[in-house]
Amino acid sequence: MKTTRLRAVALSITAVALGSATLAGCGSSNNSDGASASKGSVTISVEGWRPGDQQATIDYVKQQAAAFHKLHPDITIVPKEWQWNAATFPAQLAGGTLPVSFRVPFTDTKGLVARHQVADVDQDIRALPYFDTLNKNVLAAAEGTDGKVYGLPSDVYANGLHYNRTLFKQAGLDPDKPPTTWDEVRADAKAIHDKTGQAGFGEMTKSNTGGWILTTLTYAMGGRVESEDGKTATLDNPGTEQALQMLHDMRWEDGSISPNNSYDWAGVNQAFAAGKIGMFVSGSDVYNALVTTDKINPDDYGLTAIPLTDSSDAGALGGGSVNVVSAKASPTEAKAAVEWADFFRVKKYTDQDAAVADAKAQTASKQPVGTPTFPIFDQASYTNYQTWIKDYVNVPLGQMQGYTDSMFALKLVAEPAVQTQGVYGALDPVVQKVLSDKGADIPSLLQQANQKAQQIIDQG
Amino acid sequence: MTQIQAPAGQQPGRRRPTYTTPASPGSDPHGPHTGRAARALARVSGWWRGGGPVTVLFLLPMLLVFGLFSWWPIARTVVMAFQQTNLVEPAHWVGFANFHRVLSDPLLPTALRNTVVFAGLAFVIGYPIPLLLAIAMSDLRRARGLYAVLAYLPVVVPPAVAVLLWQFFYDASGDGVFNTVLGWFGIGPVPWLVSAHWVLPSLVMEATWAAAGGTVIIYLAALTSVPKELYDAAEVDGAGIWRKLFHITLPHLRAIMLVTLILQIIGTAQVFLEPYLFTDGGPDNASLTVLLLIYNYAFGSTTGGGDYGDATALSLLLALALALLSWIYFRLTRSWSDS
Repeated sequence: MKTTRLRAVALSITAVALGSATLAGCGSSNNSDGASASKGSVTISVEGWRPGDQQATIDYVKQQAAAFHKLHPDITIVPKEWQWNAATFPAQLAGGTLPVSFRVPFTDTKGLVARHQVADVDQDIRALPYFDTLNKNVLAAAEGTDGKVYGLPSDVYANGLHYNRTLFKQAGLDPDKPPTTWDEVRADAKAIHDKTGQAGFGEMTKSNTGGWILTTLTYAMGGRVESEDGKTATLDNPGTEQALQMLHDMRWEDGSISPNNSYDWAGVNQAFAAGKIGMFVSGSDVYNALVTTDKINPDDYGLTAIPLTDSSDAGALGGGSVNVVSAKASPTEAKAAVEWADFFRVKKYTDQDAAVADAKAQTASKQPVGTPTFPIFDQASYTNYQTWIKDYVNVPLGQMQGYTDSMFALKLVAEPAVQTQGVYGALDPVVQKVLSDKGADIPSLLQQANQKAQQIIDQG
Repeated sequence: MTQIQAPAGQQPGRRRPTYTTPASPGSDPHGPHTGRAARALARVSGWWRGGGPVTVLFLLPMLLVFGLFSWWPIARTVVMAFQQTNLVEPAHWVGFANFHRVLSDPLLPTALRNTVVFAGLAFVIGYPIPLLLAIAMSDLRRARGLYAVLAYLPVVVPPAVAVLLWQFFYDASGDGVFNTVLGWFGIGPVPWLVSAHWVLPSLVMEATWAAAGGTVIIYLAALTSVPKELYDAAEVDGAGIWRKLFHITLPHLRAIMLVTLILQIIGTAQVFLEPYLFTDGGPDNASLTVLLLIYNYAFGSTTGGGDYGDATALSLLLALALALLSWIYFRLTRSWSDS
């Protein structure tokens, strides 16, 4: 009797286990995480807020998702916590845990398209009313080599010099007169270090950001890290060498770069917002993250244009994001994702009502409104947008004048076009070596890095 | 106790003769062929009636879990090592191209050297510490449990939290915790994680702190099996602490020590967490290990990202190397461990 009951129990357990495993197997669909579609209505997951964002930001995104649902009752938006990260992105893509709609940097779109890792949304994007007025240079970042458009560009930026006004004051410097040459940057950084004990300058070094910022400094000094056709690596150019020598001297002669300097994008933001860094180079719109993630005191913040040398090639590195759609999305989901990207990220620059509604909602949620970005249409539409939202601007624009006054005169240089992340990755160890080894041989380090970058470019 | 166990143990044996007897050659009236068939049938029916299906049913969930999450990934790794795939497009076969590319990667010697240095430092610093701690603790008469708990606590701390904590300790400026302490003696500041020379010893120290507790517990358990009389006898013979240690304690721990050593070698050859979380392989690849290189092939984008073929090829080579190493190790130490 006992044995029979035991067998029955074992059978039932196994049956349940097998049954649930089979059900789990049947349950996995071809859709990306969180996406489903039935009878004309569709639910899609989208990139919502960054990890660590405050509740107000999360609420704002959810409100926008609800507002979008009112306009499009057949589309339900499920925002997810997500942030692009060079290290984890390929894993998420392979594992299918990406949202249906997400942003990738300008530099990554072409590679994703070539590997068929994003959906073809050419028709949906071209159907947008403002498509023809999009800035052609910006749109180029969203195009594949086949001429099709694979996403909607947004969040265009030029890298700028961010500085801590409070540390400037404490060091006896005038926060309304930020440095305009690299010699001034070095002198101010040393003054901050000597007078306040904090690092005068912070430099990103990890997860390819070391290469990203070194390339920015290279451009500012008139150098390039790739030939124009993107076929030849030119990491060993005088601009990069000059930039590295400056970092070396700031670290080892002035002491204005801290021995602890080991940062990625989020790390340097955190250190800057905490008042541990006097100046650093990053995208002009990083103030948004400094507020929503790192809770910076707005009075501390200052932004100015990146200093350029006299070289005629000197320019500011510009970039941005492309709103792309997961390759695993169905056509209905892809269409919904484009409509969401239009509603959430771009429409406000072309439509006064949308601009005001968005600014109102952002102000109500205590989100930063008015942080300078770069126009994705033209200067006129950008100025229009600024006028529409004028009453709602809550960022200290007066403290960003060094940047806003010169942004349209700035020569914008695009990021290296071929194997961008690979080239940046080859430069990371060079930056690390220069900041960790006083006797680092810069020309030979650059030669080695150049060989590696060339190999990555050649491999395709 | 024996009375209860005996019938349960005898039950299958008692049943078996009732169906195996007809299948025996001498009693088979239908010739050899039918005899073999009958024997097979009997074996199956015996297996069935002896509780075989229930055994399989009980085994099935575990087989499924192991198969799905352990053996299937291993099989996929072997297959993928000979393919090129980005997991989105269909994979295609590339023969030994992945192995060739991995073996000619200039970063591989760096990663190998760092891994060997890490394992070597872990052997010098990390291997004796738990042993000494356990021996010292086993000699304590009071509060031995408390010390065991204290030694084991770091194992309980989540690794990512421990790394954050140690990053704080390893602050390279003069204000860092360790540098402040060293400063009292006029030493430093030491550039812990930001110097190519210091980074591996720094990682080994944290790893030792984090893992020693587990090994201490193993040694402590083993030490309880050393007969106390041996120590008493040695004392009567006039043996001091060191003679007792070298002639009684260590010989008794020999078998366990050999196992912990090979486990440590395998563990340190696969070190990933510390270099990944502390330094991401930096500065200038000074803490890039083989496993971190594998991770970078697959998920890092320093190589353009997504080289799953290269990653699995190097994984396979590492697994083979470790298997070979373990085999040699056990052959060399066979006579040693048979005590």
